[in-house]
Amino acid sequence: MATAVRAVEQLESWLEAYTEAERTAAGRALPWLKKLREDAFARFCDAGFPTTKDEDWRFTNVAGLAKTEFRAGGKATVAKTDAQEWTADSAAAQLVFVNGRYAPELSAAAALPKGVTVGSLREQIERHPETLEKHLGRYADSERDAFVALNTAFLADGAYVHVPRGVVVEQPIVLLYLTTAEDKPTMTQPRNLIVAEDASQVAVVEDYVSVGGESVAFSNAVTELVAGNDAHAQHFLIEREHVKAYNVSTLRMQQGRSANVTSHSLLVGGGLVRNNVHPVLAGEGGECLINGLFLGTGRQHLDNFMHVEHAAPHCSSRQFYNGILDGQAHGVFHGRIVVHKAAQKTDAKQTNRNLLLNDDAQIDTKPQLEIYADDVKCTHGATIGQIEENALFYLRSRGISESEARKLLLLAFAEECLERMQAGAARNHVENLIREYLLVLSNAPTRGSGKVTERSLEEVG
Amino acid sequence: MSLLEIKNLHATVNGQEILKGIDLTVNAGEVHSIMGPNGSGKSTLAQVLARRDAYEVTEGSITLDGKDLLEMKPEEAACEGVFLAFQYPVEIPGIGNTYFLRSALNAQRKHRGLDEMDAMDFLPLFREKLALLEMDEKLINRSLNEGFSGGEKKRNEILQMAILEPRLCVLDETDSGLDIDALRIVANGVNSLRGPERSMIVVTHYQRLLDYIVPDFVHVLVDGRIVRSGGKELALELEEKGYGWTESETVGARG
Repeated sequence: MATAVRAVEQLESWLEAYTEAERTAAGRALPWLKKLREDAFARFCDAGFPTTKDEDWRFTNVAGLAKTEFRAGGKATVAKTDAQEWTADSAAAQLVFVNGRYAPELSAAAALPKGVTVGSLREQIERHPETLEKHLGRYADSERDAFVALNTAFLADGAYVHVPRGVVVEQPIVLLYLTTAEDKPTMTQPRNLIVAEDASQVAVVEDYVSVGGESVAFSNAVTELVAGNDAHAQHFLIEREHVKAYNVSTLRMQQGRSANVTSHSLLVGGGLVRNNVHPVLAGEGGECLINGLFLGTGRQHLDNFMHVEHAAPHCSSRQFYNGILDGQAHGVFHGRIVVHKAAQKTDAKQTNRNLLLNDDAQIDTKPQLEIYADDVKCTHGATIGQIEENALFYLRSRGISESEARKLLLLAFAEECLERMQAGAARNHVENLIREYLLVLSNAPTRGSGKVTERSLEEVG
Repeated sequence: MSLLEIKNLHATVNGQEILKGIDLTVNAGEVHSIMGPNGSGKSTLAQVLARRDAYEVTEGSITLDGKDLLEMKPEEAACEGVFLAFQYPVEIPGIGNTYFLRSALNAQRKHRGLDEMDAMDFLPLFREKLALLEMDEKLINRSLNEGFSGGEKKRNEILQMAILEPRLCVLDETDSGLDIDALRIVANGVNSLRGPERSMIVVTHYQRLLDYIVPDFVHVLVDGRIVRSGGKELALELEEKGYGWTESETVGARG
């Protein structure tokens, strides 16, 4: 009974927030957009937040998030210096969002090729809504994911990137999401639409950062990335908020014929993080690389949920996720591969490797294959191990200090993920962040049992 | 003064006593060989000298130049000049051979109050020592021991030794698994490092290595104790008569 009352109260609170948002939302005069939001909100009210009874949420408990009352973050001023890690040399454009709102004064477009559009989604809705209807909300699925439904219900702002046919954008386009410290729990619902038309090329970085002190914040982002035939698209997700942050993000990629799409994720921050990556290889000969590294310590909970859908023949997908967990951190890698009946000659591979630095750290790794075609190659494997005492001693026996030796070994483990990224500004940025965070982990005293125990769970199906 | 002084050393691994009272003095410039059957404690002694903490010293003392070695961590012992050439060098993917070795050298230089050596200065030194060990320059860009053959790994150990220039070299069965050409190359590398300031402890199962690295003293280790010591001719005698001979002699002497 008490639970039911609470659930109703929660719903009322969301309804209030929704009504408030809808009053000022961009494009409320557009019937298709209005319907998109309304349907999504109705869906969210129906479904509610998932519980651990839901198979896809078995390892991640969002009860704490569900019972918190969030309000849209206030208008805040952020010093320009907080948004200056990326410079004109390293980014083709940088869009900065403060508490979910586009901040033009902090944003800049340096060197965009002719015809490329990079701007706020709100502005695009207001000025050229006809460019959006074809893609916006067409891929991310509100039906099966309550967080996608919630984001779509509150769809207001985010980034819009459009690269015309055949155009190459060499430097990355950076989307920087800053959240400031507030008195009350705040939420942001960033919504990004990236369209890379046929034979174009683009790289987009989503970077989530907290500014100021730690206060409870919830970021629920959805990015739809559409890669046309023969397009090359790279996406980077970087989560480095403080530990009071809830961060749920969904990257839904739609790939055309022979499109080559890459998703790189680096999770180093956030208290509870859910990283959904969902590519659909919808055209023949598509290639998809999903590459990730998660570094957790303290009581961080980092959940990576992969859902790779092969819907056309002759496509290949590769998933590589490495995790390093210290303290009482809890990591999750859930790798689902679905091969539809039409997707003959699919070549799908999945690898998850984990290092646990502490006896209290935990990883749940779960492969899941659903194969409806009969001529496919799918493999998956997972390992869980600790820093090898042998290797540590070898390095120390040459004069390298214990913390330095640990850092070298962790870096070597992380390096596997870096090597899968193309050289360039985005990779350099990621590499610097990894070094910074590994320094913290390697300085922590050893509390593991120190024994070399590597379990290997390898299967070929 | 002696460089290394081991007195009544007892050590256990996983609660089992392996070393049961070792006494050994090594003076500067001397080469000592430790021989003995499998399981006699040779490798344990080598690992204790390199300060591996899985080996617990329960009694006795070791001093290096008068300093208490047992108080030192592995990296401190290394910085004080102890070098262990591993019986089974560890493969570490993702850590570059060159980067690793320069980091080690600079850690040791820092300990001695010397300036760090940058990549430009280090590379010629690295190349020179590669040539000494007749190793392929391709190793410059490879990961540490990754995909190396057994012989390449052993040569890489001696290469590290040649660059780090330790005062006490401990070679743990460096000859095992080497063909005669590789053995000559390794021995040549080791001999080039012999000098009045540098001491060596050469742990081996076979006398063969000692044809190339001629020791000043030979000690026979059986069941955690040195049962016999002598000059280089002792190695030949052992080769001829086998370890059974020393064991029965000990029993006889004790009985």
